[in-house]
Amino acid sequence: MKNVMSNKLAIALYVLPSLLLILILIYIPIVLTGYYGLMDWDGIGKMKFIGLENYIQLIKDKLFWSSTYHSVLLAVFSTVSLIAYLFISVILASKIKGANLLRKIYLIPMLLSSVAIAQLWLKIFDPTNGMLNKLLEMFGVENTPTWLADPNLVLFAIFIPIVWQYAGFYIIIYYAALKGVPEEIIEAAKIDGATPAQIAYKIKLPLISGVIKVTIVLAIVGSLKYFDLIYVMTGGGPNGSSEVIASLMYREAFKSYNFGYGSAIGFALLVICLVMTWVITKLTASKEDVQY
Amino acid sequence: MSLVLILVLALTGCSSSTSSNNESASNSGKTVIKFMHLWPEGSSKAQYTIVNNIIKQYEKDHPDVKIQTEILGNEQYKDKIKVLSASNELPDVGVTWAAGYLEPFVKGNMLAPLDDVIESDFKDSFVAGTTEAYAFDGKTYGLPLELNITPVYYNKEIFKKYNLEVPKTYDEFLKVVKTLVDKGVTPITLGNKDRWTGSMWYMYLADRIGGPEALTNAINRKGSFEDPSLVKAAEEIQKLVDMKAFVKGFNGLSNDEAKGYFMNEQAAMYMMATWELPNYTTSPDVTQEFKDKVGYFKFPTYEGGKGDINSYVGGPGVGLFVSENSKVKDEAKDFVAYLVKEWGKHSVQDAGVIPATVVDTSSGDLDQMYVDILNDLANASNLTLYADVQMSSSVAQVHLNMIQSLFGGQATPKEFTKKQEQALEDDK
Repeated sequence: MKNVMSNKLAIALYVLPSLLLILILIYIPIVLTGYYGLMDWDGIGKMKFIGLENYIQLIKDKLFWSSTYHSVLLAVFSTVSLIAYLFISVILASKIKGANLLRKIYLIPMLLSSVAIAQLWLKIFDPTNGMLNKLLEMFGVENTPTWLADPNLVLFAIFIPIVWQYAGFYIIIYYAALKGVPEEIIEAAKIDGATPAQIAYKIKLPLISGVIKVTIVLAIVGSLKYFDLIYVMTGGGPNGSSEVIASLMYREAFKSYNFGYGSAIGFALLVICLVMTWVITKLTASKEDVQY
Repeated sequence: MSLVLILVLALTGCSSSTSSNNESASNSGKTVIKFMHLWPEGSSKAQYTIVNNIIKQYEKDHPDVKIQTEILGNEQYKDKIKVLSASNELPDVGVTWAAGYLEPFVKGNMLAPLDDVIESDFKDSFVAGTTEAYAFDGKTYGLPLELNITPVYYNKEIFKKYNLEVPKTYDEFLKVVKTLVDKGVTPITLGNKDRWTGSMWYMYLADRIGGPEALTNAINRKGSFEDPSLVKAAEEIQKLVDMKAFVKGFNGLSNDEAKGYFMNEQAAMYMMATWELPNYTTSPDVTQEFKDKVGYFKFPTYEGGKGDINSYVGGPGVGLFVSENSKVKDEAKDFVAYLVKEWGKHSVQDAGVIPATVVDTSSGDLDQMYVDILNDLANASNLTLYADVQMSSSVAQVHLNMIQSLFGGQATPKEFTKKQEQALEDDK
């Protein structure tokens, strides 16, 4: 091992494959996207350099800002739902009966592909034959909502499957982290007469705060660039009321053939995600990780 | 980010089925024509079989030519063609859509003009108005394979139950709608999440009120989108929405979901192009009982309007192009001509697809609905190409979004026309 680490050539050789992959698949496209954003390009013909025009147009574009608002709303929604996941995980981790089974049940949505989830929820939300409206009708609701067709409701209607989809993922992360909390500490607390709520709140949570930070970043950045369910379920409609940044980018680049503008949106999305990540790490930064 | 998308698309594109009949054709000194189409065996078996048979026959007749096919599904096809064209690697022969879709390819000098082929092989054999959709500046860049018109299908049983007659005028149509609404039946199913579906309703009203030129002129900038007849058509749409003529939640339903309401007999009417005909005639997946219940009528005339009942929204679907940079351009053109000709002989019978070439209805034992539609087509006074196809793709997006806003009541008829006028003006 020592020999390998001292040989610069060997290090380079071992790093090279993944470095190449990362460069080709991530960093070079990022630079190129920023570059295309400076062009007037339909994706087929000749590119024309137009400087910052796309970015100026972007700042003036109402649709971009409303999409950004929707993305931010989704980010807030996902972050808040983390509290619920945490709550469930704490209960699951405290050795209740059937915890194993429940854990598996929560994980199921994660195993489904987004398109399958979208199809499933499309059926549930169907305004006439859908499960949800049929249920509401059973309770005597007369003017059942049209969910995905209602510009005021569509965003929230679509948040539900998104949150549902990722529940298992976060619960598993929290569950694993909670299981990693040393048994002795908890036992010591019990001897000192701490209630289960106190144990959870004062001991377990601080000990997994690092993991919680990571999940907050994951939830926010994941929401900001969220695309698939929205694309399949509403396509951003009706009237752009469920449009998010990524779906707008796709539409501009691949449907309207404004490849330059689409790239500008993509680049803006990247910048927003980077800034958000930086802000979150700053906000949640504590001097040192909690230790007992 | 977008480049990543392209890369992903390119990668998935590469992994899909590339079927070549005999490998290393170049070794044997054969001319290889690369042909990409969008009828995979799984989802479009009938079309796949026709094309495959034509290719086999062509290779038999031309022993020195080898056709190498690559087959992708619709959306993947569109994406891959885009990626290929960006890197200047279009296949020798491929499938394209008309007008607005074709435009960037033509502007980028990617496609070969096919007027010589039309001149030598197809004099008078295309239905009038079909090749024009592929023409720019007097040159034609594609040969159409399909032709569709858009009737309104209706459920005869539901109509009979409520003593309704097929409407000939728009007032009669409104009465039908009103009766059905009063009886608690969904009159019309519409999947306006896809937006082009609602566009067809708007186009018909624009045609019946302002005549076929009104909308076409607005798009080609001879006229204005703020023409009173186009505003009026938008008002009529909102009137229909207010009457609850369309299925509940139409703006959130895709076309396929909306179609389900008609197929399940939950809605009385459904307007869709004739590519739906197999579902009402030949498709083995639909019960005969249901097929017998389906009839169709032409979009009714509007009192005091300029359009007549034999004017249709419709037009050619996909066509074939030959790449300008093809090394085997002459052979490719010959193959395209052969394919279009043979396709015309088989497509109705074998796949239920109406070709853009004139069909002889007297010979085969066609389903009555096909015979009727083909006769209507022969008597058509006008074909208006789908608005979103006529427009350039960025204007089309504005049009489609505005259609959804109009139907959803988020835009007034005036705003609806104004926004599109602006978009058309900016795009000029």
